[in-house]
Amino acid sequence: MSENYEPNIVAFLCNWCSYAGADLAGTSRVHYPANIQVIRVMCSGRVNPLYVMNALQQGADGVLISGCHPGDCHYMEGNFYARRRMGMLKDLMEFVGVDPKRFHMSWVSASEGHKWKEVVEKTVEEAREAGPFEGFRRRQIDW
Amino acid sequence: MTDKPKVGVYVCHCGINISATVDVETVADYALKLPNVEVARTYSYMCSDPGQVLIKNDIKEHGLNRIIVASCSPRMHEPTFRKAIQEAGLNPYYLEMANIREQCSWVHEDMEEATAKSKKLVASAVAKVRLLEALESKEVDAEPAALIIGAGIAGIQAALDIADAGFKVFLVEKTPSVGGRMAQLDKTFPTLDCSACILTPKMVDCASHPNIELLSYSEVEEIGGYIGNFDVKVRKKARYVDFDKCTGCGDCAAECRVKDRFPSEFDQGMGKRSAIYLPFPQAVPAKYTIDPESCLYLTRGKCGKGPKCQEVCKAEAINFEQEDEIVEFKVGAVIVATGFDPFDASRKPEYGYNDYPNVITGMEMERLVSASGPTGGKVKVFNGEEEIEPKEVAFIKCVGSRDASVGNEYCSRVCCMYVAKQAHLIRDKIPDANIRVYYIDVRAFGKGFEEFYDRVRRENVRYIRGNPSEIFKRGNKLVVKVEDTLTATPLEDEVDLVVLGVGLEPRADMREIMDLLRLSQSPDRFFLEAHPKLRPVDTATEGVFLAGCCQGPKDIPDTVAQAKGAASSAMIPLARGKVMISAQVAEVDEATCRGCGFCVNICPYTAIELVKINRFGHEVEVARVNEALCKGCGSCSAGCLSDSIQPKSFRDRQILPQIAALGVLK
Ligand SMILES: Cc1cc2nc3c(=O)[nH]c(=O)nc-3n(C[C@H](O)[C@H](O)[C@H](O)COP(=O)(O)OP(=O)(O)OC[C@H]3O[C@@H](n4cnc5c(N)ncnc54)[C@H](O)[C@@H]3O)c2cc1C
Ligand code: SF4
Ligand code: SF4
Ligand code: SF4
Repeated sequence: MSENYEPNIVAFLCNWCSYAGADLAGTSRVHYPANIQVIRVMCSGRVNPLYVMNALQQGADGVLISGCHPGDCHYMEGNFYARRRMGMLKDLMEFVGVDPKRFHMSWVSASEGHKWKEVVEKTVEEAREAGPFEGFRRRQIDW
Repeated sequence: MTDKPKVGVYVCHCGINISATVDVETVADYALKLPNVEVARTYSYMCSDPGQVLIKNDIKEHGLNRIIVASCSPRMHEPTFRKAIQEAGLNPYYLEMANIREQCSWVHEDMEEATAKSKKLVASAVAKVRLLEALESKEVDAEPAALIIGAGIAGIQAALDIADAGFKVFLVEKTPSVGGRMAQLDKTFPTLDCSACILTPKMVDCASHPNIELLSYSEVEEIGGYIGNFDVKVRKKARYVDFDKCTGCGDCAAECRVKDRFPSEFDQGMGKRSAIYLPFPQAVPAKYTIDPESCLYLTRGKCGKGPKCQEVCKAEAINFEQEDEIVEFKVGAVIVATGFDPFDASRKPEYGYNDYPNVITGMEMERLVSASGPTGGKVKVFNGEEEIEPKEVAFIKCVGSRDASVGNEYCSRVCCMYVAKQAHLIRDKIPDANIRVYYIDVRAFGKGFEEFYDRVRRENVRYIRGNPSEIFKRGNKLVVKVEDTLTATPLEDEVDLVVLGVGLEPRADMREIMDLLRLSQSPDRFFLEAHPKLRPVDTATEGVFLAGCCQGPKDIPDTVAQAKGAASSAMIPLARGKVMISAQVAEVDEATCRGCGFCVNICPYTAIELVKINRFGHEVEVARVNEALCKGCGSCSAGCLSDSIQPKSFRDRQILPQIAALGVLK
């Protein structure tokens, strides 16, 4: 692991809570590490577990999925699906030898700009501890 | 569009909001090297008119067919730029935004890092935009009618507003009469208007309004469909009285064989009614109803030599053959106005509500002071030995509110004021009474409230700070055990009457409505609004609105204000006559769908059904999405094993390249 290794994090945020919470962090000028890149989806339930594997395969060192708090989903139940799917995925990843520190899930509401900062810091920190991911990178899709 | 994608990238300075932290020129230079990018520019304010003109001109001059704006959050200006490119002749969905302000320049300090991140976000947007598809928003007709569930003051007010605007209203009330809780109140704080005097005219109006169809003694059984097009099924319960024939004379109730034997719901059980009854004299509609649970004929199949009511009814209105009736209709919007339940005082056993007849609730006090109440407005209580006029009266506030031990942490917002009001009414009726109020805090926040509270105190009502721990009997007195927390003095206060200032709770039967309309509850268990500040009358279900205490405890002025808000919001689709349905909905690839139905079970909006199609001569089942119901969440997609169902604009093939772009660019 190189001295100044910076992990590369891909995050999937639901449009209604977490993406709005991340926007609020911006409006409130809360500072956090720049290692995180966000992909906006309408609901955390949209996130296919394969996206997580795909991100790791494509070069991410850590993945974060964030949605509305349980019970507050804009689509009523989407985050429950996300929670169940990602719980299973996490077990599977551990089974195939991926450090669970690379994978995070959080509930951040539209009013939790500060919580978003904490979530990012924790995700980056743990991915840093896990080190660069070289696990199952195959080939990079030529997009 | 099968044309080769020609992408234009526009990087915004946002004054210096972005450019102070992100080297926008470098980002634009970088973008120009990305595949399919034809034009990349920076501009001080992309959202300004000249900024938009820049894009429009490039679309025309360079034949651009995909646009990226790297600027603020799409939650801010996506609609602005969609409109702009549409004006230049491009499909509005050929747009992608890179959020380099809220999620980059404002949250990072290091220019190098922020610039590098902006590049990645732009690359990820370019990766996606090339694969976006043109979408058409569809409009469907909206039924110019509204359903209102619950006819308390909230439902009545909303019904009148919508009906006055010229739309049809179906007003469904569970009980035999409209009016709700307000009809039970005597005077109303802080102005002391007589509740019936201000409410009754509105009750009559809503029964006689040509645009309102009042369905009293009815319940909604089913609601299907979506905004603009809800299909509603209502059960009109049998009253066993012919609605058209009944003149409301009351001969039946006066002669009923079980006359005045049953506790009157309206009088909180303190008065009595017959098996056939009108809930209260001003009830609307003024039609009698037979309670199937107390009528001799309906419970035992026999009432003397024949039903007495039938014998005496000159209008021949009694009809024991009557059955429930199902009414079906269509509406464009729904307002839920189902109100509240008063807190059940027996859940605080230390106050002895079940044990002592002279411990009563605020709701009972309303009936006791009312001239139309069971005592004709005389405040009389039974102290266990005799009926007396209470001279020592204690009120206890916050019973069942702000009390985690009963699961209600919220403030009920009306008890402070109704207790002040009732103290005043007792002072009026029993000038020499000693009245004290045990309180934790006094919250007199509304217009005229503080002034009213002040007035009541000056009428020699003592406010003692303390939360009583127990009430017990000593001789023919009640003893309130409490510590005066301002002087740290333990008290044993002997009184004749205790009034419990019970709070407001979500209705015990609210689950029925939640399931019908798929509504959620907030932590206090009342119905959840779409946004606590900016969308207080909307729900997460489009076209469904909330009014009154079903959304949280409120006084009458706030209830009416919210009802008017809900009415005006509900009228938006009705007045337009059309509703726009989102274009970003899920779509099934019928060639690969296995018809397993996983998605059908996942969809929270029941937007998917399995249909039979002919595939190469074989009849097979495949999923099909009802675009009007689908909200585009994409949960179905993540559950489909063959990736056959995909939300438009968020398809796998649109998201995966985004992931790839972010991964590659370490
Ligand atoms: C003791 C007491 C005193 C008060 N005094 C005052 C006062 O002086 N001044 C003041 O401003 N406020 C006062 N309030 C508050 C006031 O009562 C409420 O603000 C008001 O009644 C709220 O009206 P609502 O229409 O929201 O609910 P409600 O009055 O509860 O009406 C709801 C209606 O919906 C019906 N319903 C429920 N579920 C269904 C269903 N599933 N289908 C069909 N119909 C249904 C109910 O039968 C009812 O008719 C007092 C409250 C209490 C408890
Ligand atoms: S049938 Fe008898 S008990 Fe029933 S409402 Fe008529 S008189 Fe009363
Ligand atoms: S779309 Fe997918 S989940 Fe739905 S029925 Fe077809 S194969 Fe099954
Ligand atoms: S995208 Fe969401 S709302 Fe639409 S069909 Fe799929 S699960 Fe249902």
